[in-house]
Amino acid sequence: MFLINCPFCGERDQSEFSSGGEAHIVRPKQPTELSDDEWAEFLFMRKNIKGVQFERWNHSHGCRKWFNVVRDTSNDKIHSVYKMGEKPPVK
Amino acid sequence: MKNKYSIFSLIKNAFSDHENWQQAWGDPEPKKEYDAVIVGGGGHGLATAYYLAKKHNLTNIAVVEKGWIGGGNTGRNTTIIRSNYLWDASAGLYDHALKIWENLSQELNYNVMFSQRGVMNLAHNLQDVRDLKRRTHANRLNGIDAIWLETDEVKKFCPIINTSQDIRYPVLGGTLQRRAGTARHDAVAWGYARGANEMGVDIIQNCEVKGIKRNGDKVEGLETTKGFIKTKKIGVVAAGHSSVIANMAGIKLPLESKPLQALVSEPVKPIIDTVVMSNAVHAYVSQSDKGELVIGAGTDSYVSYTQRGSHNIVEDTLKAILELYPIFSRMKMLRQWGGIVDICPDASPIISKTNIKGLYFNCGWGTGGFKATPGSGDLFAHTIANDEPHKLNAAFNLNRFVSGDLVDEHGAAAVAH
Repeated sequence: MFLINCPFCGERDQSEFSSGGEAHIVRPKQPTELSDDEWAEFLFMRKNIKGVQFERWNHSHGCRKWFNVVRDTSNDKIHSVYKMGEKPPVK
Repeated sequence: MKNKYSIFSLIKNAFSDHENWQQAWGDPEPKKEYDAVIVGGGGHGLATAYYLAKKHNLTNIAVVEKGWIGGGNTGRNTTIIRSNYLWDASAGLYDHALKIWENLSQELNYNVMFSQRGVMNLAHNLQDVRDLKRRTHANRLNGIDAIWLETDEVKKFCPIINTSQDIRYPVLGGTLQRRAGTARHDAVAWGYARGANEMGVDIIQNCEVKGIKRNGDKVEGLETTKGFIKTKKIGVVAAGHSSVIANMAGIKLPLESKPLQALVSEPVKPIIDTVVMSNAVHAYVSQSDKGELVIGAGTDSYVSYTQRGSHNIVEDTLKAILELYPIFSRMKMLRQWGGIVDICPDASPIISKTNIKGLYFNCGWGTGGFKATPGSGDLFAHTIANDEPHKLNAAFNLNRFVSGDLVDEHGAAAVAH
């Protein structure tokens, strides 16, 4: 349980948000060219980091906008928040 | 040779004020080399070591555990055991485990308090009714006992349930597996540890794995907080921390680790003599032998290794519990905790070889691993010893995420994952 600073609405309770999982997994540009291994990597394989992780969140019970969060999964501490399309901060 | 536990040994030790009981397992320092090392001293890991020694004569092995045995999810779950899964592969896997449970106390000479009090799954809408009836039929085709109960039969089987049709999610019926039930979670870890140790398995606690040494495509050993251990075979049974170990070996797994919560109430007199689970409202409840209500909540939606979880998850579960069991409205909750569960995209486990020779993973049990403990250990031991899966766990390989041959229990399981 923690607070998330939505870049559009400000600080709100985590229960207002939905987690979108690991960020910066690039959607394949040529899906028809992908091998089964590459599909598995894109769809299923996750870093699942214990420590600082880049992830996507949606303010689903608020402005309903997507954005990125840098969070330490070992203590739920949020390091920074940045909008979609912005460059991720160097940790 | 360990002394056998019996009524006679209990009486005999009573005369010496219970001060002369034999140590149940040792506390050795790691040897330089083992034939195989199991990473993770929970129920699944200890069961794996037990069956490696017992069925495959691999006794020069060790279990390394970063904390104390049974201190992770083994000691944190709600102890429910059932095998009423939809798909054939899952039914085979979980019923294999249930059959071992039925004789486990005798086999281990350790009372795991397995109690076949039945597990009832409630339906709250028409889709639930269709899904659960379908699952009942599928179970019976697989030789697993399952019956459908109408609302009045649900009420008869568990009278404290509110079966009024006026509530938000009325009870429209349910399924019952009578062979299902509960067991004492700690005893399972302790029983397997004692059994494995008797056959020569070293159980090394407070020994955290820091790295996996690879030579090309095969493993050579483990870096631990108690030094380097050389071995050709590593079986990882690290539950929520499986991805952490996988990252050490340089591979990725299709897992996300999330907190799952449970809570217990103050102890009261016997009031519920079965296990009742409810998927649609996500509430399940049973009563421990001490009299506490044991309540399971859901997982948080985000990756976290914090072993706590969010308050709103517990709140949602208790709202559902109160609507279904108004009699509990003045119960006080005593303890609440979280465990880190490793969830697969298809909500089925992985008991598999990897692309690295000598590295095996038993993970992805998500929110429902306790019930499978004996079967999981047995099949993982087979996989490690023979370097190929048993037919019961062949479907649960890592390659299914590449081939697309998933065992999708996500919507099909009796409780949400």
